[in-house]
Amino acid sequence: MEQPTLDVADLTVRFGGVVALDRVSLRVEANEIHGIIGPNGAGKTTLFNAVCGFLRPQGGTISYRGRALLGTAPHHLARLGIARTLQGLGLWPGLTVLENVVMGSHARPHFLGSLLGMPAADRLERRLRGQALEVLSELGIADIADARPPAVPYGVQKRVIIARALMARPALLLLDEPASGLSSREMDRLHKLVGSLRQRMSVVVVEHHLDFVMAISQRITVLNFGRVIASGTPADIRGNREVSEAYLGQAVTPSEGAAGA
Amino acid sequence: MAIRLARWPSRTTPTLGRHLALAVGAAILLLLLSSQIGAYDDYNLAEVAIFVIAVAGLNVLTGVNGQLSLGHGALMAIGAAARLRGPYLAGATLALAVGLPQIATRYSHVFGGEEGLTVTPPGPPDWLGADFPPERWMAWIAIAAALVTIVLLANLLQSSVGRSFKAVRDHEAAAALAGIDVARTQVHAFVVSSACAGLAGSLFAYWSGLTAPAGFGVALSLQLLSAIVIGGLGSLSGAVWGSIILVIIPALTGGLASSLSLASSVANNLPLAIYGSVLVLAMLLVPNGIDGGLRRLLVLARTRWTGAPSTHKGVVDWDDPSGG
Ligand SMILES: Nc1ncnc2c1ncn2[C@@H]1O[C@H](COP(=O)(O)OP(=O)(O)O)[C@@H](O)[C@H]1O
Ligand SMILES: [Mg+2]
Repeated sequence: MEQPTLDVADLTVRFGGVVALDRVSLRVEANEIHGIIGPNGAGKTTLFNAVCGFLRPQGGTISYRGRALLGTAPHHLARLGIARTLQGLGLWPGLTVLENVVMGSHARPHFLGSLLGMPAADRLERRLRGQALEVLSELGIADIADARPPAVPYGVQKRVIIARALMARPALLLLDEPASGLSSREMDRLHKLVGSLRQRMSVVVVEHHLDFVMAISQRITVLNFGRVIASGTPADIRGNREVSEAYLGQAVTPSEGAAGA
Repeated sequence: MAIRLARWPSRTTPTLGRHLALAVGAAILLLLLSSQIGAYDDYNLAEVAIFVIAVAGLNVLTGVNGQLSLGHGALMAIGAAARLRGPYLAGATLALAVGLPQIATRYSHVFGGEEGLTVTPPGPPDWLGADFPPERWMAWIAIAAALVTIVLLANLLQSSVGRSFKAVRDHEAAAALAGIDVARTQVHAFVVSSACAGLAGSLFAYWSGLTAPAGFGVALSLQLLSAIVIGGLGSLSGAVWGSIILVIIPALTGGLASSLSLASSVANNLPLAIYGSVLVLAMLLVPNGIDGGLRRLLVLARTRWTGAPSTHKGVVDWDDPSGG
């Protein structure tokens, strides 16, 4: 059997007394779109932070295509083929949209070559700009290539962060709340985009919008108070009582020590 | 919103060729200028050029990379770099600025004490003639050094390296996720900046004829910082404007103090007071520095005369070193 793209096993993360993740396990197969849902504070972003090396889990393992990932510094992930968008926008306002996207590539000229303005650095620069412009065209926003991020509408900025992530040509794309703040038209467009990415990569989508996640995911993991309370196909999740209780706020009893702040 | 096509052709010409052409043009103009002015003005011109090197270097660190150095004057004195970054840099450089003059005074047998070491500036070469003013020769050396520095920094800022400096300044986590080693990038910016400070410091010693430790303390460091704020944070042309201000104000106010025949206690502090007022005024009137103000004027003028709306929607490219 093929190795899963991402394999998280028994992952535990604590912040002081808060158990943000409690023995969480999940598998993301190649070319799968995997949804992660759960109420605010459930631990979704913390899971991404652990995968990306921003924090050190108290227990468990994470492997990516069969390679142990824990202990890998965040800046090494891009080269391994992992890209992630942040829940806040995380664009660099001091760079143009095109430059933001160019920097998504991990191909970088040498320091000395750049300092001396060598032709090799220029060639790489031209190639990356071309690629970035292609990615922007693919997302239908090439016309704002030279604008500064704060000058374009929010929905467009959300597309720019995806463009920057795609520039890395990832095998695993982690999207943290890509649909938040989008109009329903923009959400449809995002739906089509994520669907088309599936041929090229695995995608993990953290989202609040249940309908959106149900529509795009092959499999879904539901977190509540740091625990996996359900996982399966969208149909499985839709029929799950515990999930609807967690979402409708009925009869949810917080597990010990998991009082989310 | 249309693509600003006007900008694309410049991106396809070789970076080095473009920057060298600009530098050669500037060199010719400055050499002509320096030959037309008197020895005292040449002396001031040399000082501007030396400041340009230090201020541009500081602007890369603080304006472009977002790290604060409170001891750049002291770095000018040693031109050496400790491997420091981020918030520690501000503290360590401040300590350096406070401590270095004292260390140098204390170990006076090495550093010459408060009087400093005497440095004999290199005289003009014979082929320039016997009566060639040494001030003009100094100006030429300083201008050449400043132009080389500016060309190298412009190359760097326009490259991926320069963009990684800004990415780290604007959003560290996003930079790391894009594969940028944040710590390494901050150290790079500091090394570049310190190299500039060191070069400027050694020229400064020749220019002033001696290296007295007191001259490289906190006051100089703060002057360099205000120069990048007044000139324009993050831009190389801002560094030039800031350096001009650094030299012009003491020169003007010095003359003013003596013509008003003020008491020496007042006169000695007058440049500093006027300097402070200029800093406050600049921050109120042109929050993005002189460079930002000029660019805004340019954008307004262009809109006015061509009727073409700014594609940047009023966002001025104030930290684009390429000149927008
Ligand atoms: N850096 C941190 N320090 C302390 N507590 C944190 C930190 N990050 C997250 N938490 C806590 O962990 C829990 C899960 O947060 P998070 O993963 O952001 O939730 P979600 O993304 O599902 O909304 C919350 O209780 C939150 O307050
Ligand atoms: Mg979150």
